[in-house]
Amino acid sequence: MSNDSTGKTLTVAFILCIVCSIVVSSAAVILKPMQLENKLLDKKQNILAAAGLLKEGIDVDELFKNIDVKIVNRETGRYLESGPTLEAWEKSILDNPEAYDQRKAAKTIGRFTELSSEKDIASIRKQAKYATVYHSKDADGNVEAVILPMHGYGLWSTLYGFIALKTDLSTVVGLGFYEHAETPGLGGEVDNPKWKALWPGKQVFDAEGNVDIAIIKGSVGATTKNAEHKIDGLAGATLTSRGVDNLVNFWLGKDGFGPYLAKLKAEGV
Amino acid sequence: MSDISMTDTKKVLFGPIVDTNPIVLQILGICSALAVTSNLNTTITMCLALTLVTAFSSFFISIIRNQIPSSIRIIVQMAIIASLVIVVDQFLKAYAYSVSKSLSVFVGLIITNCIVMGRAEAYAMKNPPIPSFIDGIGNGLGYSVILLILGVIRELFGSGKLFGIEVLPVVNDGGWYVPNGMLLLPPSAFFLIGLIIWALRSWKPEQVEQPDFKISSNTKASHH
Repeated sequence: MSNDSTGKTLTVAFILCIVCSIVVSSAAVILKPMQLENKLLDKKQNILAAAGLLKEGIDVDELFKNIDVKIVNRETGRYLESGPTLEAWEKSILDNPEAYDQRKAAKTIGRFTELSSEKDIASIRKQAKYATVYHSKDADGNVEAVILPMHGYGLWSTLYGFIALKTDLSTVVGLGFYEHAETPGLGGEVDNPKWKALWPGKQVFDAEGNVDIAIIKGSVGATTKNAEHKIDGLAGATLTSRGVDNLVNFWLGKDGFGPYLAKLKAEGV
Repeated sequence: MSDISMTDTKKVLFGPIVDTNPIVLQILGICSALAVTSNLNTTITMCLALTLVTAFSSFFISIIRNQIPSSIRIIVQMAIIASLVIVVDQFLKAYAYSVSKSLSVFVGLIITNCIVMGRAEAYAMKNPPIPSFIDGIGNGLGYSVILLILGVIRELFGSGKLFGIEVLPVVNDGGWYVPNGMLLLPPSAFFLIGLIIWALRSWKPEQVEQPDFKISSNTKASHH
């Protein structure tokens, strides 16, 4: 049979497809558990980094033992609790809160709410009904910090990160982004440890309990008014700075974690 | 199996580094050379991934070269290359997660890297498996050499670091070095590749291509 006959062509194509698909699918199936583990570890690492708890040389899983994972209904500010009215997917979240993927939920019909354009200052359009929050505890089991996920649009990309607040729910412990595609060297400087070090100690709420945190143009000096509510802008990255400003204001505001923070304040952390 | 002599093996293996370099002589694989060289960690992973894929795809294609119908040979090559790339990508996600995250789509794009296809079509279809494998390694090395040069220059002068370790203390962290931000952007690699091509062709003039046509003198002027 010549190589170019129809029969030979079909046979070669068929065998090749079978062999290739077996190779590809077995690689995917065999390596899947390790990939999932990596993904989870990466997320935990980001949470710890935002809270300023990440230490060199100590196992991430070990450090993460001091962190409680909680699922919050964003609109009511209440924790998700088991009850007869829950739908199947809500029950499955409760079974394994660590596996709940807020980013996936924001894309699954029925599990998010759409934001009107005037409310949507962080340009995220859809917001998951349930959000994951983390409580970091000290050795005695007292809550030290509340870590909230947040995301929003910068210049080129959506920035995903965390902000950690002290138990007074206004003092920043840390802030960090684990995923973005801003310009390296300009907007990408949101990852610069020096810039991130400006955040700890800042106050995100004013005396009346309104969100009051802004990224300003230039730097915060000794003469700047309300310096504890202001952060230096990133040089050469006005739009990324504005994006971060917007997303922090959004997630701390009434359409973000506002209801949850208000409830924590009223009932204690 | 044909027995190839040592000198031939050497030529197949090291030829692509300077004499027939896939990037600077054949101008193939430029896309990834621009995209992944802003730091050395991703550069090295990309080099390894591409070398492995080129070598093994050439090897497998060469094994079945006498069975491939010519009408579907490109598709057959693509299927083999694509499968290998997916396997490499899966391994990276399992064993080098952070690197795979920073390489994002570029590992997947090895499938469309002209070097891999070029070696399959130009060499593996006509030569036995072992030489094809060595040819793949050689071309991977040629690609790697250029990428490493780009990676060192871009990371060192773009962010003052090598392998993420500070070498030149940058101003933002209290040092003296003002980093060249342009080197972190893809076009800078384009300029650097141009300079490398210029340098190489000045050293080895036989690499200079003959122009396809010559501009003749102005016909109007010749009347006077």
